[in-house]
Amino acid sequence: MIEIRGLQKSFGAARVLDGVDLTLGQGESLCVIGQSGTGKSVLLKCILGLEAPEAGRILWQGQPLDRAARARFLAGFGMLFQGAALFDSLSVWQNVAFRLRQRMSDDRARGIALDKLARVGLGPETADLMPAELSGGMAKRAGLARAIADDPKVIFFDEPTTGLDPIRARAIDALIRGIVTETGATALTITHDMASVGLIGDRVALLQGGRIAHDGPVAGMDAAPALAAFLGRSPAPRAGFAAP
Amino acid sequence: MTPLRAVGRPALRVTRGIGAVALFAARGLVGLRPFPGRALLHQIIQIGWLSLPVVGLTALFTGAALALQIHSGGARFQASDVVPAIVAIGMVRELGPVLGGLMVAARVASSIAAELGTMRVTEQIDALVTLSTDPVRWLVTPRLWAGILSMPVLVAVGDIIGIMGGWLVGTGSLGFSSATYISGSWSYLEPWDVTSGLIKGAVFGLVVTLSGCWFGMRSGRGAAGVGRATTSAVVAAAVGILAANFILTGLFFE
Ligand SMILES: Nc1ncnc2c1ncn2[C@@H]1O[C@H](COP(=O)(O)OP(=O)(O)O)[C@@H](O)[C@H]1O
Ligand SMILES: [Mg+2]
Repeated sequence: MIEIRGLQKSFGAARVLDGVDLTLGQGESLCVIGQSGTGKSVLLKCILGLEAPEAGRILWQGQPLDRAARARFLAGFGMLFQGAALFDSLSVWQNVAFRLRQRMSDDRARGIALDKLARVGLGPETADLMPAELSGGMAKRAGLARAIADDPKVIFFDEPTTGLDPIRARAIDALIRGIVTETGATALTITHDMASVGLIGDRVALLQGGRIAHDGPVAGMDAAPALAAFLGRSPAPRAGFAAP
Repeated sequence: MTPLRAVGRPALRVTRGIGAVALFAARGLVGLRPFPGRALLHQIIQIGWLSLPVVGLTALFTGAALALQIHSGGARFQASDVVPAIVAIGMVRELGPVLGGLMVAARVASSIAAELGTMRVTEQIDALVTLSTDPVRWLVTPRLWAGILSMPVLVAVGDIIGIMGGWLVGTGSLGFSSATYISGSWSYLEPWDVTSGLIKGAVFGLVVTLSGCWFGMRSGRGAAGVGRATTSAVVAAAVGILAANFILTGLFFE
């Protein structure tokens, strides 16, 4: 569905992405992991057209993502940003209903927003709060509600659990897994939290040194040498190959 | 070759910079369909209405000081009578728009740059794009038009208050009667004096909001980036106002 070929992006002299190849299939949930500062967010921004790559191609449904194609892509797209990126000047429900309000009455949009807030575990009492009044975990949930408000076909999650304690992090993971399964949406999750990968992903790719160093199913990931090296331990011993 | 290059490089960069800003301004100004009524009203309140006190106070003190200066200066060639006329012309043509513009630059360019810079740094501007919304149309257009529409009104109010400042000093300590002062203010004032000042105001309103938006939207990363954007916006707005004032004065009165 989304195909990235030979993507390159530098900032000044620093080459952040150095030939990234990655494919995201329809209905698939892909996790991209990598250390902080390896260019995971930059990769998302290139797909979204927020950063201009120097080289490489990004195809969506087989077509290059030019202006018109990207507009169509974004029409069925939702994203949860690392810091939630809620609009400070709008209340929580107005944030969630941002897209909806452009084509329906405020009453209807608010109704849908309240449903989506309930889906992510936020009660109606949060609807009229301003983003500044929310805790970090609540802001993430509200950001998640905004991402799914218009039933997107593709959802990106940028470090959904970073900055949350393990209990809240697992709760967000469970929400994401549930939403992705329910809606059948194609999901791309950026994280450096392996627990999230296990819960959210079908497939996991490792971004390292500007390239994809590993790409494979989550099921077998414990045995992958590149991943093990990334995680700072030797590959999990497989049955039959156990060390004496 | 080398000296030519030394001049050519920066010249090219400046030209390219001006081109980029002009393009940005054009994109910001044309985004009026659908008409952003509510956002525009909100910005007019932020930029225009809330600047009234500071512009009014500035004008009051400026008009008063101008009256004192012209009185003492004019006394050297027995021309103290012209105080009301010169205060009025000076306020309306030059000091009302320029000082009002500079005060608004300090208040508004900084707050726009800080607000948009914070939005940039916290990825709110990226979020707008992912919600199929053009950040320029959503954030820049209402601010630019609010600046263009509010500033002439602020200038008009500043003109009146400045002339009142002169009147206070003139009648209070320079020995003018109220009637002489007021008729002296009006009799030499021509419509173009006022209109040209209001046009300057509109241009300065654009200069202020444009530099706030430009530097805010291009803010560097982190709190330090927002701080730099804010400083740059105020400096650019102030210098821009003074430069535009010189050019417009030349166009209008030469
Ligand atoms: N707009 C930018 N200007 C300059 N450098 C940037 C910019 N965006 C990202 N970078 C740099 O690119 C690298 C990757 O950043 P990022 O994708 O945000 O990392 P992460 O993998 O943690 O998401 C970092 O070294 C960062 O400093
Ligand atoms: Mg990141």
